[in-house]
Amino acid sequence: MADPLLQITGLDAHYNDFQALYGVDMHLDEGEVLAIIGSNGAGKTTLMRSISGLMTNGAAQLQYRGQPIGSLRADQVAGLGIALVPEGRQLFPSLSVEENLLIGGRLGRTGPWSLQTVFDLFPILEERRTVPSTSLSGGQQQMVAIGRALMANPVLILFDEISLGLAPVVIKSIYNALPNIVGKGMSAMIVEQDISKALSVSNRVYCLQEGRVSLEGASQGISRESISHAYFGIK
Amino acid sequence: MDWVNAIVQGTLLGGLYALFAAGLSLIFGVMRLVNIAHGDLIIFSAYLGLTVVMATGLHPLLALIIAVPAMAAIGYALQRGILNHTLGDDLLPPLLVTFGLSVILQNGLLEVYTADPQKMDAGVLETASFSIGDLQLGVLPVLTFGVAVAVIASLQWVFYRTAMGRAFRAVSDNQEIAQLMGLNRRHIFGLAMALALAVTAVAGILLGIRTSFDPSVGGGRLIFGFEAVIIGGLGNLWGTLAGGVILGVAQTIGAKIDPGWQILAGHIAFLIVLAIRPQGLFPRISG
Repeated sequence: MADPLLQITGLDAHYNDFQALYGVDMHLDEGEVLAIIGSNGAGKTTLMRSISGLMTNGAAQLQYRGQPIGSLRADQVAGLGIALVPEGRQLFPSLSVEENLLIGGRLGRTGPWSLQTVFDLFPILEERRTVPSTSLSGGQQQMVAIGRALMANPVLILFDEISLGLAPVVIKSIYNALPNIVGKGMSAMIVEQDISKALSVSNRVYCLQEGRVSLEGASQGISRESISHAYFGIK
Repeated sequence: MDWVNAIVQGTLLGGLYALFAAGLSLIFGVMRLVNIAHGDLIIFSAYLGLTVVMATGLHPLLALIIAVPAMAAIGYALQRGILNHTLGDDLLPPLLVTFGLSVILQNGLLEVYTADPQKMDAGVLETASFSIGDLQLGVLPVLTFGVAVAVIASLQWVFYRTAMGRAFRAVSDNQEIAQLMGLNRRHIFGLAMALALAVTAVAGILLGIRTSFDPSVGGGRLIFGFEAVIIGGLGNLWGTLAGGVILGVAQTIGAKIDPGWQILAGHIAFLIVLAIRPQGLFPRISG
């Protein structure tokens, strides 16, 4: 079998003296959707920051198509086709909606996603293309953040806390859009607090607990008991 | 009529101050760097222009063809080689390093060019004038003001209508997320400094045609630039032009009352604006 798209081996991550990840091992195959679950402080966001290059790690701890990428800068990782939808949207406030999308596409990678296909996915954004991104509702901002990442035509897209702080109806519409996104052969990692949502859209699931992988398995057929054990550390 | 004349001449002088200020404003806007060496870089550009004129016999304005790209290249190298290493959460390192750079530039210029005042000879352009009604306008001040408006308009266009400007604004908003878009902030900062010093080259050469200069006068240009930026409001390029004009008009009106009051009147106008509207007259506009 070929190398996995992303191979994570013994990943450690630190914030100064604080260690957030301890020897995390994971793999992601081409076209696969992974769900990453775990309680607050389990290291999910740290994992996203490490993969996307916002935190530097040992070069070989992260291997993308067999290439070590752990010590690359975020802009270099982005150039390889890994895009992050960051926690809390983090749009550029001085850019309009359209400019936020355009800057996501500035790497010029070819693929199915363009301004027009993003507008087809989220029609409300086309109506509001010229307004400052800060004047949108939270859900619309999340659509821009997703569209901005898609504009890069990534091979792997990372969603950090995709539904945090959004109204249930908005979460539903974003999850309805997900199959259209990952259905085009794109691989994805989805960090999510809502476990049943995470399981419903993913192939496999990893649970993190205090910086370590506490559970791994296929999303369908994984038992609720094993998840709550892995989540809360109940033995 | 004398007062109208003072206001018009002050407005034209304000164009030069806006050129001093535009680079400062751009650099602060993109990377929150306060460049203490900016005034000395203006004087350095004037000497660079002088050297080109002496070596080639070109008219000072044509020396811009060499000085502008040369200063842009120096700006990129300076940013990538030194200033990028000083940027971080702490504002103090870039202040100290650019202060040190200011001292080095002044003393370097003193070694090479001595303390004798220099001036660029622009021939008839220096004294040519025309009249509108009762007003006598110098061609050089009008040209300087026109250049200032063109430079500000071009910078505004770059910032709000081009992919490079989008990158400047994105990095200014959030450096970390901008990196995720594949923007290398070190390179973007280098481009911003290159653009700022290209404008500085224009300012330095127009200054060197208008008045005499020596290695010690950079500090004064820095102050005028700062005052124009603060009066206009941080991050607003058209505001910077307005700030330059207000400063210039205050100075010529001060000089009209008493020749000794020229500089003081400019500083007082600045202090009044700072006291009444600390955020400047036209704070940052968006989009």
